[in-house]
Amino acid sequence: MNILWQLFTSFSRIGAFTFGGGYAMLPLLQQEVVEKRGWSTEDEILDYFAIGQCTPGIIFVNTATFVGYKQKGVLGAIFATLGAITPSIIIVMIISSVLNGFADLPVVQHAFGAIRVVVGVLIYNAVSGMWKKSVVDKLCVCVVFVAFFIATCTTISPAWIVFGATVFGLFLGKMGYKGGAKQ
Amino acid sequence: MTGFLTLFWEFFEIGLFSVGGGLATLPFLYRLAEKYPWFTTEAISDMIAISESTPGPMGVNMATYTGFQFGSVLGSITATFGLVLPSVIIIIWVSKFLEKFRKNKHVEEVFYTLRPAVTGLIASAGCSVLLTSLFHLDAVEVVSLENISSWIGVKECILFVAMLILTKKKKIHPIAIIVIGAVIGIVFQF
Repeated sequence: MNILWQLFTSFSRIGAFTFGGGYAMLPLLQQEVVEKRGWSTEDEILDYFAIGQCTPGIIFVNTATFVGYKQKGVLGAIFATLGAITPSIIIVMIISSVLNGFADLPVVQHAFGAIRVVVGVLIYNAVSGMWKKSVVDKLCVCVVFVAFFIATCTTISPAWIVFGATVFGLFLGKMGYKGGAKQ
Repeated sequence: MTGFLTLFWEFFEIGLFSVGGGLATLPFLYRLAEKYPWFTTEAISDMIAISESTPGPMGVNMATYTGFQFGSVLGSITATFGLVLPSVIIIIWVSKFLEKFRKNKHVEEVFYTLRPAVTGLIASAGCSVLLTSLFHLDAVEVVSLENISSWIGVKECILFVAMLILTKKKKIHPIAIIVIGAVIGIVFQF
């Protein structure tokens, strides 16, 4: 019971403080799931993101389901997922029933002007952490830049980038390339 | 009652077919607006604004908001559950597979290139967050050095650099950083 409750509260906390979509939760995930609870490694979080990117649904919800399942099977998956969505449901319900034009309030706009900046800082720090973990050799550097370029300069869906990287990995394996990952 | 079932089913479908991020649900919402009298297409821009200025994943916020318009609290819960159910089922299924094959040679090969690719994707998302928050590129018609004062956000850039230095020197909980950000934004009128 205890771990189910922990899954619920941890993911609620992340859900309540994730502003601005999927990737903004990465720093919070690292803090709660990797450092505080030790439920997953940073590598596993990246794997979940990659899979979440090309399976249907919301990446944050998918990640919660993954972590919950790994800890406590189907029940864990359900508790973590419920935790992830509960704060949004409550907050959005309150806002849509009480406040019309919430997003236009000056105080909300001021707060968000700055929240977006600090979220940018958080993502920057998270990416530099990910870089250390995932980039093990020069080839990985190339992959990062190619993925970055395609995602930034084209409208190609991230799902295709993930698919391309998968095929490339399998191709390298087939060619007998030994990546730094197997040191 | 059949209305709620329809609502559940429509969001189940959205959850099943929207791959990759909150904004992927948008085209589906437009279709819903045309098909049902639940909300108008104009209301969708309000939804986006609300979803972006409340915490949590955008898709969940959109479903909650739409469901609420349809049938208050019960509508919210119905729509949100419909949205997440397909992915929960799929991920549980993938998890089983992943645990079994984690040590498989091919799975290792795939993750060797996949992890850097995802790092690149996240970096790109971070850049677009920074670009819109540090600069007001839509405030000017032509971006040039002459009108730099009207498109560069001075307050925002100072906050960015200050926070970057602060977080490098001292480990602060991300939630604390977001709360500090909100307070600074309100006090200094960002």
